[in-house]
Amino acid sequence: MSSYTAATQQDIEEMLAAIGVSSIDDLFAEIPEGVRFDRALDLPAGKPEQEVFAELNALAAKNTSADDEVSFLGAGMYDHYIPALVDTLTSRAEFLTPYTPYQPEVSQGNLQVMFEYQTAISELTGLPVSNASVYEGPSAVGAAAYLAKLANGRKRHLVSRGVHPHSRETLETLAVGYGTTMEEIPLSGGITDLAALKEMLSDDVGAVILQQPNFLGSVEDLAALAAAAKEHGAVVIASCDPIPLGILEPPGALGVDVAVGEGQTLGNRLDYGGPSFGFFAASQEHIRRMPGRIAGETRDVDGRRGWVLTLQTREQHIRREKATSNICTAQALNALAGVVYLGWLGKQGLVELGELLARRTAYAREALTAIDGVTALHSQPVVREFAVELDAPVEAVIARCQEQGVNPGYALGRDYPEFSNGLLVAITERRDRAQIDRLAEVLGSAIAAERGAVEVAG
Amino acid sequence: MSDMASAQTAAQHAAGELGEDTVQVTGSVPSGGETPQQRDAAKTIYEKSKAGRRAFMVPATDVPDTPLDQLIPGALLRKDPAKLPEVAEPELVRHYTRISKRNFDLDSGFYPLGSCTMKHNPRLHERVAALPGNSRLHPLQSDSHAQGALELMYNLQHALGEIAGLPHVSLQPSAGSHGELAGVLLTKAYHEDRGDQRTKVLTPDTAHGTNPATVTMCGYEVVKVGTNPDGGVDLEDLRAKADDQVACLMLTNPNTLGLFDPNIEEIAKIVHDVGATLYYDGANLNAVMGKSRPGDMGFDIVHFNLHKSFTQPHGGGGPGAGPIAVSERIEPFITRPQVVMAESSNGDGPRFELDYDRPKSIGRLRGFQGNYGVFVRSYAYIRSLGAEGLKEASELAVLNANYLLARLKEAGVAEYLPVAFDRICMHEFVLSGAPMKKDLGIRTLDLAKRLLDHGYHPPTVYFPLLVEEALLVEPTETETKETLDAFADAVADILREAKADPTIAQSAPYSTPVRRLDEAAAAKNPVVRQPL
Ligand SMILES: Cc1ncc(COP(=O)(O)O)c(C=O)c1O
Repeated sequence: MSSYTAATQQDIEEMLAAIGVSSIDDLFAEIPEGVRFDRALDLPAGKPEQEVFAELNALAAKNTSADDEVSFLGAGMYDHYIPALVDTLTSRAEFLTPYTPYQPEVSQGNLQVMFEYQTAISELTGLPVSNASVYEGPSAVGAAAYLAKLANGRKRHLVSRGVHPHSRETLETLAVGYGTTMEEIPLSGGITDLAALKEMLSDDVGAVILQQPNFLGSVEDLAALAAAAKEHGAVVIASCDPIPLGILEPPGALGVDVAVGEGQTLGNRLDYGGPSFGFFAASQEHIRRMPGRIAGETRDVDGRRGWVLTLQTREQHIRREKATSNICTAQALNALAGVVYLGWLGKQGLVELGELLARRTAYAREALTAIDGVTALHSQPVVREFAVELDAPVEAVIARCQEQGVNPGYALGRDYPEFSNGLLVAITERRDRAQIDRLAEVLGSAIAAERGAVEVAG
Repeated sequence: MSDMASAQTAAQHAAGELGEDTVQVTGSVPSGGETPQQRDAAKTIYEKSKAGRRAFMVPATDVPDTPLDQLIPGALLRKDPAKLPEVAEPELVRHYTRISKRNFDLDSGFYPLGSCTMKHNPRLHERVAALPGNSRLHPLQSDSHAQGALELMYNLQHALGEIAGLPHVSLQPSAGSHGELAGVLLTKAYHEDRGDQRTKVLTPDTAHGTNPATVTMCGYEVVKVGTNPDGGVDLEDLRAKADDQVACLMLTNPNTLGLFDPNIEEIAKIVHDVGATLYYDGANLNAVMGKSRPGDMGFDIVHFNLHKSFTQPHGGGGPGAGPIAVSERIEPFITRPQVVMAESSNGDGPRFELDYDRPKSIGRLRGFQGNYGVFVRSYAYIRSLGAEGLKEASELAVLNANYLLARLKEAGVAEYLPVAFDRICMHEFVLSGAPMKKDLGIRTLDLAKRLLDHGYHPPTVYFPLLVEEALLVEPTETETKETLDAFADAVADILREAKADPTIAQSAPYSTPVRRLDEAAAAKNPVVRQPL
């Protein structure tokens, strides 16, 4: 068994004597007999470090990672390259091992990172106020809906069918607690149906929730959607993929009140879904309704510049049942990776990355829709992801492609029965032209083989 | 032998007491000089930016170089680029390395922050989490290509269920408060499924702020339950408030005073008799692993803080994970997807799957499967320690806490910082700085700030709210006796110093990168981003 403790038998005896008891069991005497656990936990025996490593290494080896196949999976998390310096900096003990900066005099590094991060998120979203992170994307959408409820108390929330299915399901779950109801705004031609939204809107709608680009990869006309919502006083929430915001007009400039999103693409690993971080930015009027930690600039008694956690009267540890959110531990280390990554990309780099993605995605869309049996699912503008429809069972096609070492993307039918053979294909800067060509080839053969199989079976 | 040792400690301490006129201070005192860190002008990365500098090199455009506005309508395109910093890699590394040194961290020093379980973070965990099979696994990879991850999650579910004494586990929630949200929503689903609309949730006045905040977010009214003179739930008050409108009692046991509530069986009975559920806030589980199980105490729902008891590094405020374990009657409503095991038909051994087909489920609280990277670390910890090691960890956490408490009950400290409830504590304990404030003129905050000069992270201050000038101390099992002794000595030193001159603590700290900061000014005119 491994142990990370240092008490020797002698230490233990001395400590017990100082306490004035004769055994460790005496320290647990307060636990009534009826609830004392008097057998051993049914867990395997502990092991030395090298054996635990071997066991976990063997488990990890059973997974097919993004290193083991050419992957076009996206749908919320993307295989971007993470620069080495992110690993170096996030593994520094000074960042890795402290907790929330409750003692600002010895947490300036952490607080300054939060402030720099908030600045970067504010720049990306075009909104003046960012918090220091929430858990991840879909729960950030849920937190934004709560802000809307606090802001106007209205109970009807409208959510676009183009919002990530996990975000929509999270909203449904939380609405039971918030006392709100969720209604879905349909899609039309791959984007949120503006006419349908206008029909649904009235002065009892508290929030309109959108996604940019939406789940099908389409760039939404946020300005038009936001303007319609604003006519009825609804809070406009947009869940955004931060990388495309390098080239897309920021939500804050388009009438969006609250921009949230999944931060994984900013320097965080895939990690089978987490930990990453969620970002949360809003217009000035909502600053005192924000969830979570916010770092603010101030001075110390000697006049030196410094940072503290600020506006804490919003938070659970001060306001308890009147808090604007229950969040406590968030995702500080992941947000650090985010701001370091954005510093690495830099002002020009973020734009160049967005342009490269847009061009490669356009190329891939053309290459795939040229295949017999593949049609575009919509023709909206896209940045990094697009949807096609296959003339063959999509799950079977994916399985055939994976046998060839290519993961062609996400089967839309799992969440969208109306696109039962839809495939969502994601491009990052790690997927070059040769890999896209290979995808086209493998996908084409897989579809042909499936159609052949169907014909033979038929 | 051990008696002699403790007598010696006491004698040394008494000697210190006698010599109170000659103030011996190990923490640095104001000298007028600045430390290099203090001279650091704290420029942000944006202030180090210069047009044209860069670190990232974009890969070559290997596809047609179509003008962007032919791909995306110009109206949707950004006019002004986001003003991210323009810096080269060396400056970027130096900037964040330098500011990292303005943090206090657990690897460098004792961090007895109560309710947070700042135990050592084994570095093996970072290594296994970083294996490409884990860190480069896409969350939507098909189950058949993620068998290792699903098996790990399945095994972790089993282990956490066994530790909690509750059979069904969801790993999905992202932190403790997210687990609370899941738990109260589960409670709501459970009652509503029975056609029972309830309106209130009980929380003790010692509860962590996340408990009442969660209750409100779930649409219930918070009703506070008092604390008895022994630091446990006031049973009379509980009986008076427990009625058929109560959906749930949220409880921490040991509670935030570090005390195990010996009436737990009676509490469970009162709560269950009115048809309510009992929720266990597992932030303090580090006291009782393998010693007592929430499920056996009568709890229906438990959350774990994997970043506390199960060593996920705290990261400056996350990431964490807040899995929940639930009883049979709550199970139908648990979040989805669940990881399940299916025996394969062809004799290949077990297969693991994500099960979405759970019609009564409350649904999901976040994307994907949860903070898997945290699961890997906590699983590695459980595999390293095993049943025996986990129990030993709890035993030594409780031993360390009681030992440190004994040291702080010595003369010279106890008069000023008495323990709030004088009982055997569990993994943490609460002192009250009220006499210190009255007799020495220094507040708990001042003591905390002066501890910084001695190289310690202070304990949690002003929580729980019930105790005046509270100091909540949690040493954890991974600290040595020598460290605990030195910390106790430092507290005694500070009190001795304050007796001679309270202004020293009142103006502390002196040696830190910045000194006391004006929080009121920060809140009054919030500057929450760099103006650019
Ligand atoms: C007693 C108690 N309950 C709940 C929480 C909330 O946990 P988390 O910060 O993981 O959300 C904490 C965390 O500090 C706590 O100490």
